[in-house]
Amino acid sequence: MTRFIAHNIFGSGFFLLTASSAAEATNATGGIAGSYRWITFLVFASVIALTMYVTYLSAKRVRSTADFYAAGSSITGLQNGWAIAGDYLSAASFLGIAGLISIYGYDGFMYSVGFLVAYITVLLLIAEPCRNLGKYTLADILAYRNEPRKTRITGALSVITVSTFYLTAQMVGGGVLVKTLIGIDYEVSVVVVGILMLSYVLFGGMVATTWVQIIKAALLVIASLVIVCFVWMPYGFSLPAFMQDIVLDGRIQSRVVALLGDSGKTMSAVELGQRFLEPGLLFKAPIDQISLGLALVFGTAGLPHILMRFFTVPDAKAARKSVIWATMIIGGFYLLTLFLGFGAAKLVGPQNILAVDAGGNMAAPLLAQFIGGGPDSLLGNFMLAFVSAVAFATIVAVVAGLVLASASAIAHDLYVGVIHSGDAVPAHKQVLAARVATLVVGGIAIAIGIAAKGQNVAALVGLAFAVAASANFPCLVLTLYWRRCNTTGIIAGMVVGTTVAVGLTLVSPNLTYPLAVRSSAFKVLAEEPAKRARINAGLASDDISVREKATRDAGSLDKDLLKARTDLVKVQGQQTSFVGLEKPLIGLKNPGIFSIPLGFLAVLLGSVLSRDKRAEALWDEVQARRVTGLYTSQPSAH
Amino acid sequence: MSITPIQWNAVVRDARFVELHRRKSRFAWTLMAVSLAYYLTLLIAAAYFQNVFRLKVWGVLNVGLLFALSQFLMTWFITIYYVRTANSDFDKMALAIADDVRAGRIGAA
Repeated sequence: MTRFIAHNIFGSGFFLLTASSAAEATNATGGIAGSYRWITFLVFASVIALTMYVTYLSAKRVRSTADFYAAGSSITGLQNGWAIAGDYLSAASFLGIAGLISIYGYDGFMYSVGFLVAYITVLLLIAEPCRNLGKYTLADILAYRNEPRKTRITGALSVITVSTFYLTAQMVGGGVLVKTLIGIDYEVSVVVVGILMLSYVLFGGMVATTWVQIIKAALLVIASLVIVCFVWMPYGFSLPAFMQDIVLDGRIQSRVVALLGDSGKTMSAVELGQRFLEPGLLFKAPIDQISLGLALVFGTAGLPHILMRFFTVPDAKAARKSVIWATMIIGGFYLLTLFLGFGAAKLVGPQNILAVDAGGNMAAPLLAQFIGGGPDSLLGNFMLAFVSAVAFATIVAVVAGLVLASASAIAHDLYVGVIHSGDAVPAHKQVLAARVATLVVGGIAIAIGIAAKGQNVAALVGLAFAVAASANFPCLVLTLYWRRCNTTGIIAGMVVGTTVAVGLTLVSPNLTYPLAVRSSAFKVLAEEPAKRARINAGLASDDISVREKATRDAGSLDKDLLKARTDLVKVQGQQTSFVGLEKPLIGLKNPGIFSIPLGFLAVLLGSVLSRDKRAEALWDEVQARRVTGLYTSQPSAH
Repeated sequence: MSITPIQWNAVVRDARFVELHRRKSRFAWTLMAVSLAYYLTLLIAAAYFQNVFRLKVWGVLNVGLLFALSQFLMTWFITIYYVRTANSDFDKMALAIADDVRAGRIGAA
């Protein structure tokens, strides 16, 4: 088993290190060997067929807007818990976190913790009030006691902004993933993801979207459990024994040396391995980690496609029950990421994972392949295909949820709420509007996905969380819990929270700065002769370990040189970043620590500096309904 | 937005509503503060007290890793504790108030 990996992935992967570029690293190594491609198609086809069948069944049930947006509020707490888990366990958290743990160790796991703790905020402050006061959208809650027209427009725009950031990241991630796994063109992959997602949403609305999420979450959990069993079993399911092996692993130790640079050279092998279990390999600036953590914990409660899930259950009790199931499933899954990530680091090796994708996204699929018996075995390829199909279903399903959230903001908030000022629009016309909006948003998502080809979209998910935490979350919390909150406050909060979050990101180190890229590329090129001389000296040595080290160094030098040359071509003729800066204005990668307090401050100031009789007059009603659940909107109205 | 004309100010002044609201708010916000503080401690310590996080406790498992794992238990504990209290206490009180409102015993115009 080990021999296959050593030969196939390590051997060719090592070569590919020098041949593939970072952002779009796609090559045959991560994919499936030609002779086994039929397995991939079979597994993908089965998963797609299953979701399509569910959509077909759901389509018959979608008649009213309540069915389309909220599955007629007929989803049970348990079902909704799985669906929330499905929405939440996006490809970013499944592939991304396992990948980050496999290449950065401890710091990668901090994402798992943050994403889970976020559910406390949702449960304690948001889920029940949303179910008690809202109907289909975030703006329903905001418009309840504030001036409906203005707050619907701001709320809808914010939903569209957050969804678009998230959507772009998912579309690009999906395109790259499918391209890597089954080798079809990036553009074709994006279109396939788009069309599948559109067919779920258009025909089955929220009913189908929910069931697709449930199926996908279940498949994801099953796949992960199987992998983790195989990874952990040899250690008799002992955590210290498993971790001990991580610390003693040579490839992990050399990965830590690569991350630490000079300071790692004086450490012993065991110290290096132990360092993989300590913080600070990914987050270099301490404040970055705190800022990101805050954005995760408050942002989740402001994500439109998560909020929308609470309108699909009949009452506050079911909303609560769905959160308890969701935290159990999500928490259980995130515990598994610990084994998926560290297991991939141990069995596949961080270097091989990085060779296939620079973001580490292929860690889980590669681990599955290894467990099944490696790239030359039938079972290995089946496992890879299965995990890949689940990841694919994940992307399609999350994209479907996001498109549904955007479409509801356009059709329900802007078309019905603003253009028709909430006047009675016949049900069939509303459903038609929702479908047209879905088609438009879906088309735009495909176009953005293709346009953003090759872009580094990792920061976009962070930005989606930051805007949700800085704009949506303060507005929601204060309109629900603070008497004096009013229209001006909501608008101020939305505008300030979004502007600050986006603005700080635009001047942050997340963007590409051509001058810095160029100077570091020139530095690499300038150092080449000296390094080459040292490597040649090493290769001529009598000591085998010195020769081996020299060969490794030669490989990494070639890789650095190729990256430097590619970078130089990329930034050719450019002097400044996208917004015209020569270097970042701030060192912070995630704006949360500034933008969240500013978002709250804006709602507070805006509300205090103005008076809104309606907002105050309706406070008693908001309070009473939020707490008692009286007259919760039910789908029977249609 | 209300379906029948209800004097909502009468509902929120009802003694049982005041009691429910006070208890529920205090409970939820306390749990929120506790969990947030626990999570922030992890973030801050991971950033500024790395020497503590390095201390090995159980084999190679260090303080940092165990503290991160304890966040899972904390989340599950808070979730279950809140849901149990809400199901047994708050829902009954809310239901009683809602029944009275629907029957016109409080807040009738």
